[in-house]
Amino acid sequence: MNALEIADVWKYYGDFPALREVALNIEPGSTMALLGRNGAGKTTLLRIIAGLSRPSRGSIKIQGADARDQSTRQRIGVLGHGIALYDELSAIENLTLFGKLYGLPDPRKRADEMLERVGLSRVRDGLAREFSRGMRQRLAVGRAFLHDPEVLLLDEPFTALDDRAIAVLQSMIQSMRDRGRTIIMSTHQLREALELASHVALLQRGQIVHTGERTQQMLDDTGWLYRTYGDN
Amino acid sequence: MFLRQVWTIAAKDLHSELRTKEAWNASIAFSVVILLLFAFAFDPSSDQIREFGSGLLWMTYAFAGALVLNRSFARELQNDCLDALIASPVSSPALFVGKALANFMMLFAVELFSLPVFGLFYNTWPPRFAPLLLVMVLGTWALTIIGTLFSALTVNLRLRELMLPTLVYPMMIPVLIAAMTITTNVLAGNAMGFGVRFLVAFDIIFTMLAVVFVDTVLVG
Amino acid sequence: MREKIIIGLALFAGALLAWNMNTIFTQLPDELNQGAIYRIIYFHVPANILGMSGFGLGMLFSIGYLVTKDLRYDALAASVTEVSLVFASIGLATGSIWARIIWGVWWAWDYRLTSWLVCWLIFGGYLMLRRAVDEPNQRARFAAVVSVLGSVNAYISYKSIEWWTTQHPQPVLSIRNGGGMAEGMEAPIWWNVLALACFSIILVMVRMRQESFAREIDTLRRMAHAQ
Repeated sequence: MNALEIADVWKYYGDFPALREVALNIEPGSTMALLGRNGAGKTTLLRIIAGLSRPSRGSIKIQGADARDQSTRQRIGVLGHGIALYDELSAIENLTLFGKLYGLPDPRKRADEMLERVGLSRVRDGLAREFSRGMRQRLAVGRAFLHDPEVLLLDEPFTALDDRAIAVLQSMIQSMRDRGRTIIMSTHQLREALELASHVALLQRGQIVHTGERTQQMLDDTGWLYRTYGDN
Repeated sequence: MFLRQVWTIAAKDLHSELRTKEAWNASIAFSVVILLLFAFAFDPSSDQIREFGSGLLWMTYAFAGALVLNRSFARELQNDCLDALIASPVSSPALFVGKALANFMMLFAVELFSLPVFGLFYNTWPPRFAPLLLVMVLGTWALTIIGTLFSALTVNLRLRELMLPTLVYPMMIPVLIAAMTITTNVLAGNAMGFGVRFLVAFDIIFTMLAVVFVDTVLVG
Repeated sequence: MREKIIIGLALFAGALLAWNMNTIFTQLPDELNQGAIYRIIYFHVPANILGMSGFGLGMLFSIGYLVTKDLRYDALAASVTEVSLVFASIGLATGSIWARIIWGVWWAWDYRLTSWLVCWLIFGGYLMLRRAVDEPNQRARFAAVVSVLGSVNAYISYKSIEWWTTQHPQPVLSIRNGGGMAEGMEAPIWWNVLALACFSIILVMVRMRQESFAREIDTLRRMAHAQ
């Protein structure tokens, strides 16, 4: 069973198709880099996979179940642009809250473990609003990985992260890959993405124009993909 | 599972509100100010207070309550928390009911606080407290459901500050009229009247409609 | 073809209205208690009948959108609701004029009037909401929810004269409990309903075309921005 099966997905804004005939199959354990220019539809597609939006046509199946099912959302982790944390709650309170929302058996313990993992144990009782930007980002990473998701969705993950946060994120992504989890990453930053990715998909004007394994050629010549399949 | 999620969301909202007290302070202050201003506008010692006192009370509740209800989903916009909640296993109805519950408790607390203030300024007190509590519960639940649902609907609109009151207040009018009529009866010591059945029916119908529609509103 | 339908309906409705006016003003006697002003009922009641049923129809089309996700249902809902709002305004205004003559006040806060005013405010808010949302599908979804909730209020207004004792007159139309008017007085109401219904169909058709153009422009704009 594929980790992700996207079949004939269209998304209309009014009568304008932002996504057209999008079809994608992602095998379990792969790391997919979703590439494309601004406005190509990456965020739209990711939002649909995350269950934040419904496709106008077509279906998204995550491990065989519909994206909006509760059991599916249990197994997805999302790291988007916003940090998705409550400023007025402390680090431990934030993570415990999400632990409870995800139905974890011992939310507090898991939150403590995660704080340790992202290097925020020292400030576990500090309010999120008092944290520096880098600390907030690390806490956000902790939240996304808290429930040990089987499928992880990352929207521009390396943008605006400081060094320490990038290091934490990279190590957590690596540990997920080691455990055979699936990662889908949408990004501009070709170099970082292509290094981590096992597969790539290029989205252009709402359509997938190329999908396949990441090749050495892509790594050596990062512009190759856009030149070959792009329209400039 | 559903109830646990509802409770987690409700607890989170209440916890956040207790920390910041933004809506609470604004709401309490506002209700005291309205009651005070009306005491100056109308002579509170006259007998007519029995007639329009309940109207004044519910108007205070509606406006002070709007401050609380407005924040309900708006508090999730900061840091994109709303997306995180929708993407989580919490169903939209659970999210809605949890927030409605938290809002109801906050509104009811504000109302209970306002009641002695009202009694003090206007020298009026119900002969029996239980019927007043009943109408407060029924009326406040209706206001909460309407306010929470429209808070969810308007949360992503750029004209949220304008659209929320425009949509919410007309919907609240039937509830307020019924609540005011019943409260007038209660303050005078009479039977509560037909309004109670109306409020109960309104509560049930609108709660059902809100739970059915909230997913459509939240997920695009 | 479309123009022919519109012109045909307009001519038919115009003729019907003219004929009906003749009946109302020259043939019928004045009402026993109210005098000449009672004739306002021939505009007040049809306008409100169309307004109320229009809101209900708008609700059905809104549900149609929610089920099918076809934007044409949304266009229908918006058009019908907007036209109904116009009729509701006429109903409120004619009622107010009548009230001034008969009751001596321009307005009274009884349940029928209040609930109908509430409906007017809710569906006015519906139109405002539509203008506040850019994306057509989101606009349709939100409008549909408001339409359904507003229609509950329309139903309350309809039933208000039965559920409560109101200052507004009790039912007079023979289709409702306790109704019944003098010989020949009820028919012109229904003829006017027909005539105004034809006009409203014309208005809805015009509005639908506007909606379809607006959708096209929106799509073109999005295509242009996507380049």
